[in-house]
Amino acid sequence: MSALAKKSLGVGLTTLVVAILIGLYIASWATSIPPTVAATTTPVVSAGASLTLETVASIGPKFSPSHPDWVSYLARSNGQWVHSTVYQVPANSLVHVTIYQFDSPTGLRNPFLSQVQGTIGGTMTLDGKTVSSIPPEETSHTFAIPELGVFVPLPGISEEAKNPCEFAPCQPATMAHRTITFTFRTGKKGRYRWQCFVPCAAGFLNGNGGPMQTLGYMDGFLDVV
Amino acid sequence: MSEPNHARRFTAIWIVASLIAVPLVIWVMGPELPPGKGSVQAAEHVTDNTVLVAAATPVFLMVVVYLLYAVICFRQPKGAALEGPAVRGNVRIQTWWIGVTSAAVLALAGFGSVELLANYGSGSGSGPSPLTVPSGPRLPVQVIAQQWAFTYRWPTYGGVETPHIVLPANTTIELNVTSLDVIHSFWAIQLGVKADANPGVNNVAFVKPTKRQSFEVRCAELCGIWHGNMFDTGHVVTPAAFVIWIHEQQRRFASVTKVLPPYSKTYLPEPTRRGG
Repeated sequence: MSALAKKSLGVGLTTLVVAILIGLYIASWATSIPPTVAATTTPVVSAGASLTLETVASIGPKFSPSHPDWVSYLARSNGQWVHSTVYQVPANSLVHVTIYQFDSPTGLRNPFLSQVQGTIGGTMTLDGKTVSSIPPEETSHTFAIPELGVFVPLPGISEEAKNPCEFAPCQPATMAHRTITFTFRTGKKGRYRWQCFVPCAAGFLNGNGGPMQTLGYMDGFLDVV
Repeated sequence: MSEPNHARRFTAIWIVASLIAVPLVIWVMGPELPPGKGSVQAAEHVTDNTVLVAAATPVFLMVVVYLLYAVICFRQPKGAALEGPAVRGNVRIQTWWIGVTSAAVLALAGFGSVELLANYGSGSGSGPSPLTVPSGPRLPVQVIAQQWAFTYRWPTYGGVETPHIVLPANTTIELNVTSLDVIHSFWAIQLGVKADANPGVNNVAFVKPTKRQSFEVRCAELCGIWHGNMFDTGHVVTPAAFVIWIHEQQRRFASVTKVLPPYSKTYLPEPTRRGG
């Protein structure tokens, strides 16, 4: 084999290996979907299903070694907090959502989203009190399913709150938080995306990078089955 | 057997094919071309698309007919060993070719430019100061884009903001398109409207819906992970139904309207506390 042929073969093989590695990386990224957490069905079927979530300022190294400081949602499943943003709920049913909110306020870019929309009664309860909106600047996150018309603003904890949660999993029994509950009705079967509308990604341009652009943190799917 | 006059024969076939195809394009295919006739502007787009497809048809046929003609008539005879001689330097053909193609391109560029200015921007975003503005009353609607949803604000109805868009038929609409974060693009497909939504910029587009209908709204600018989910369904209703709808929205969003910033052509919200 001539020197030129050996050189060409070397370059070709190296290119192939690099291409395969890049392909594997992209495939790994594209297929890394969080586990699905099924809502808990209440004993009375007509009463619907329950979903318990928490929002945390930092997901922590236990759940996300690569991005421990990213803001995130978690879901309660079988008594444990699970790092997932893919939730399964029944079709044409009521879904009762409880969110423990441990993060501080960021503020809404569009104050219009500070009004509760798409829930039963157009309201939510905030620490036990029924409200239909919150001050836009006190918003920490939102839980919104645009296709279903559901927009729920989640207020932050006080900056001076005692015992704030450092990273997940955060414990409602002992750490500063807000408790939000609301109920909405699902429609036909399908996969609906949900997202946070607050630019809450610390350290990213306009607060909309990182966890706002990565499935499994501040956005996900609602699988209506 | 003497060689036939290929140029004359090919030209005859091409002309006949074009005479059959062009009317079919204009009268059969044309009315079905997108975006439909949901507005004055969309109907004009259909006309433009029909003109362009009709103009391209003879060119397309010339290529296809020539290829088929060559495959059939210029096939190398079995057993022949030599390639046909190359033909070079026919000044008359070259001159005609350059002249005809230049004239076609310039004519279509002129047609496109005129059509773009027709109907007050032809449904496209014309920047903050459009070259032409429709006279008479028009309904201003602000389209606010953000990752990843469109909302709509109505300055003549107390500045109320709504999560969906409903428009009155046979009314000139002034769309003021802007963004709160990155670049989006407001595309109301069946209305023939497409206007970029840039942060800090008011991009004006005019449209006059002509019938009651539903129309798709989509973002036409890759804007992040949920770009593909940034869609909505709008509706065109009668003016009376629109008034009922907008008053219902004013009632429904009365409390949140109070906390909205004063109506402005653009907004530069502070990314408070986090995003810098």
